[in-house]
This record gives sequence, C-alpha cells and structure tokens, in this order.
Amino acid sequence: MKHVIYRNLTSRILSLGFIILLTVSTSLSAQEGDVAKGKSLFNANCAACHKLNKPMTGPALANVEQRLIEEEGLDREWINNWIRNSSALIKSGDAYANKIYNEWNQVAMNAFPQLSDQDITDILAYTAAPPPAPVVVDAGADAVVQEPGISNDLILGALAVLFALLALALVLVKRTLNRFAEAKGIDTVIEEKRTPIWKAFIQNQFLVLVTAIFFLLASGYFVYGYFMQVGIDQGYEPVQPIHYSHRIHAGDNAIDCKYCHSSARVSKHSGIPSLNICMNCHKAIGEVAAETQQEGLKEYGVDYNAEIQKLYEAVGWDGTGYTGETQPVKWIRIHNLPDFAYFNHSQHVSVAGLECQTCHGPVEEMEIMYQHSPLTMGWCINCHRETNVKVKDNGYYTKIHEQLSKKYGVEQLTAAQMGGLECGKCHY
Amino acid sequence: MHINMKIATKYIVVAILLVGFTSCQKNSRPNYQYMPNMYEPIGYEAYQESDAFANGVEAQLPAEGSIPRGNFMPYEIEDTNEGYELAKASLTNPLDSTQVDFVRGKELYDVYCGICHGNKGNGQGKLVQREKILGVPSYDDAGRAITTGSIYHVIYYGKNTMGSYANQLNEEERWQVTAYVEKLKAELEK
Repeated sequence: MKHVIYRNLTSRILSLGFIILLTVSTSLSAQEGDVAKGKSLFNANCAACHKLNKPMTGPALANVEQRLIEEEGLDREWINNWIRNSSALIKSGDAYANKIYNEWNQVAMNAFPQLSDQDITDILAYTAAPPPAPVVVDAGADAVVQEPGISNDLILGALAVLFALLALALVLVKRTLNRFAEAKGIDTVIEEKRTPIWKAFIQNQFLVLVTAIFFLLASGYFVYGYFMQVGIDQGYEPVQPIHYSHRIHAGDNAIDCKYCHSSARVSKHSGIPSLNICMNCHKAIGEVAAETQQEGLKEYGVDYNAEIQKLYEAVGWDGTGYTGETQPVKWIRIHNLPDFAYFNHSQHVSVAGLECQTCHGPVEEMEIMYQHSPLTMGWCINCHRETNVKVKDNGYYTKIHEQLSKKYGVEQLTAAQMGGLECGKCHY
Repeated sequence: MHINMKIATKYIVVAILLVGFTSCQKNSRPNYQYMPNMYEPIGYEAYQESDAFANGVEAQLPAEGSIPRGNFMPYEIEDTNEGYELAKASLTNPLDSTQVDFVRGKELYDVYCGICHGNKGNGQGKLVQREKILGVPSYDDAGRAITTGSIYHVIYYGKNTMGSYANQLNEEERWQVTAYVEKLKAELEK
C-alpha cells in the first residue's frame, strides 16, 4: 500500500522542476543583457538627451522596454527600428513614432545604425535595472568628519581640566607652605616702600621724550598706512546673488577662464558670462554630485543644488525647456578701475598672452571670488617694468623691436621700454 | 556705585570703538575713495543699471536686423531639422586653405569644445571623464556622419544638450573651429 503523501509524486516533481526551470529561464532571459556594458553604452550614446528618471531633451528611459510593451504593445523590433533610424520610422507613418516625435517638439533623434542587437539588449537591460540605492553619504560623511572633531574637542577639554587642576594644586600647595611658614614664625612677605613705577617714569625726562617721539612716529606710520589704503579694494569679497564657486568650475573641472569670460580675448572688458553660457552645461547638470553637495554644506555652508535652482529661476528653465520668464542676476562687480584709468583685457590676454592668474590670483582655488591684486598704478607700472614683451611671430612689433633694441642695446624689451610707462597710454 | 557706572561706560565706549574699527575692515564692502566723482564714470558702464531703457539695464541687444561692420555674412539657415539637413548637405567653408589656421583653431577648440568633446574629438573631455556630462559622441560617430555644414550649424545653434556657441565665437572663429573639427574627425577615422 502506498502512503498517501507520496501520491502523484512523479508528476509533482516534474511540475516543480518545470516551474523552477521556468523561473530560472525567465530570469535568465531578462538578464540576458549585460547591465554594466549597457551602462557604458547608454552613457556614451543616449545620455546626451535621455536620463533614466527625468525627462531631458528626450523622454525618461527607465523601464522603457516594459512600458512600451505594456502601454503601446510595441515589441523589440520596433525599438530596434526606432534606435537605428527613427526618422525613417516616422516617415513610414508609424502611428506611435509620429506621436512621440510630435510630443517632443519634433526633435529628431540621432540614428544609431552602429548599435548591434546585443548592444541594444544591453542598453535596455541597463534601463530596466533597478536604480542603485541612493548612496547614504550623510551618515558616512558625518561619521568620518565628526570623529576627529569629537576627539579634538575631548583632548582640548581634557587639557583644560588638567590645567585647571594643576593651577588649583599650586594654589593649595602655596597656601599650605605659607601656613607652615607662619607656624614656624618666618616672615613670608617682605615689603619695601618703593616709588611707583609711573612716578619714576615721569621723573625721568629723557625717557618721557623718547616715548613721546616713539608714539608720534608710530602713529604717523599708522596714519600714513591708513591713508595709503584708501581707494584700494584688495581682498574685496562681496556676497554674490548666486554662490558661484570658481574652485569647482575652474579648479576641479578645469574649465578654461575664456570659456565663460570669452570677451576677454577680444574686448576691453572681460565680460560677465551671460546665463546661456551657464546653461551650456547646466542644462544637463541640474544637481551636483552627492559628495560635492556634502562638501559644500560641511565646509562652506552652501547648498549647491539650491544655487543651481537660482540659476534656473533667473534663466527661466523648467527642467526641459525655457519658459521665457527671465530675471537679470545682479552680480556685484569686484575689479573696478577708476574712470580715469584705461585698461584693455584683449591687449593683455590675446596680445601679451598673460595668464589670467597673473593679475587675478589663484582663481581656481577661490570658493568665493575676491580681488587678489591691489590694482594700483604702482602695481601696473611695476609689472610693465619687469615683463618682457613677446615680440616673436608678431608682425606688428617687427619694426619697433628692431629700432628699440638698437637704441637700448638689448634683445628683450620690457613693456616699459616699449612705451608702457607713457601717461597717455592709460590716462587720456 | 557712581564710580562703577563710570567704569562701565568707559568699557562700553571702548567696546563700541573696537567693534566699529573691525567692522570697517569688512571685506564684503568696497573701501572708501578719495574723490568718488573722479572714480565714477559719467558715461554708461558695461552692465550698469539705467533708466534709459525699458528693461532697466545699460547692456542692450543690437536692434533687430542690424549688421556689424566689416566682413559679415548673415547665417540664413534656420534652426530646424530641415535646416540641419540643408546645412549638412550644402554648406561649405568660406575660408580657403591659406586662411585656415589650425593653430588658432586648436586654441579655440581646446577652450570651447575640448572640455566636453575631448581635445582629440573622441568625446572624452574632462567633464565627460568626471561624469558631469554624458553622451558626448565621438566625431567619427557613424550615425551622425558630421560634415562641414552640420558642424558649423551645430556650433551656431547648438543641438540637443549642446548650447549655441554663436556668442562666444565670431563667424570667422566658428569656421576655424569647424575646419579643426574636420581635421580631428579625419584623424579619428584613420
């Protein structure tokens, strides 16, 4: 007699095996694409216009394959056609292709004929992969940053307590010793009548004279120093309407100064970049990296993401397009020469080939921009006296260089020898 | 009590003076000037606020339809998909081989384009390597198959995430950069 529990055992095992096989095989087919490879392909080809979870130039692409199957009944074949040549698909009159094309302002998607079936499978696997858990930087950073902070505080506190105890001990020891001395009848305090020191000082007329002269000279020195710095804004560091970090842009990301201040090449002014130049990058960069954000909050007390939002408000960007509602950003001017002095950026940047840092200091390290140089006349003249003019390969200078080098008997001419000290060059 | 009050007022005065002196040295404010009327310009300064114009700033766009002096050719192809195709198919570089200056082209390219497209044009600029901006194609990308005309058109108007560089590069500079990009493309395709 068979035990009841083993009835239909073979069929059960078979069906169980079938189910296991099915689950394994489906999961196998879903993971057919290589997520890591898909990510690099996605970043190289798609990320210019698509993000996973946010619309950009084109729609968000997270789970795009599944959504197309479920919502539109479109298969892999359609996706392949679209990716390899979307405009042909639109022209063929495909309903959904035309719908999505019109929905996204008729921006034509680039054709990617070079992507193989496997490549597209990898990319779709990446878009279907669950987003990586948000990196919990907060806790980690807190732990890392605070640990030395706490121990430093502890050490300092312990030291303070130690010194207090020492001082107390000394006072106690002194008191006890005094008491012993009193007990043994020794005079501890020997007092003498002396003239107070200030009376002695007044009585010595020579000392009074010397001190008076010293004080006069010292105050003269300080008064002179004070008057000489009037009108000099070295170190001027105003709070700007948008916290713009030159450290991140010019330092970490090594963006050339002339990328934003392009008019320094061709004009008297090194212009404040218009906001469309910010948007060249910030169309794609709406948020800073998590570590950068933490660094900003910890070290500089700045919420970089909120500052980028200020840019978006000013330029009228709603995340996918311009609204047309713009507001001027009232930047505060830092470097300002008086009206009676003429200065031309292009002459120094393009002709002389000076580095911006020569006058503006280590801008790539400045979290907040400040005036590095005094911008005084003496400072200008000094540089003109010391700097040799680059005459090589500059046809404009050929003749004058010949004549002047003969006159001065030198091969290298300074800006001063070229006439860089003439009053009318800067004051007219 | 009376004497104590006197001492207290003395301390307060000294404290106020000290606070006054230190606050004078604040770096967030510009310094004093001897003769402000010689420092301040009478004419308008760049970016100055002004009532002269309706939008309250001195910096104005040129009047619509105005043409700069010198060698100027208006760019008449429109910023549309058709315009892109038209430029891609028909536009050619007005600079001849003696005018194309790869040294200048490289200089401008490295400043304005290399930061994303990479100094070799392979789409591996500093911002791409640091994963700030993604999806920058290499110039030898087969799907895009860029031409002289499409390069110039995209520099002029921008495309997708790339913005317009028409205000950072003038017409001649744009053509210099275009020629240099073509050179990079040829090198990549080797």
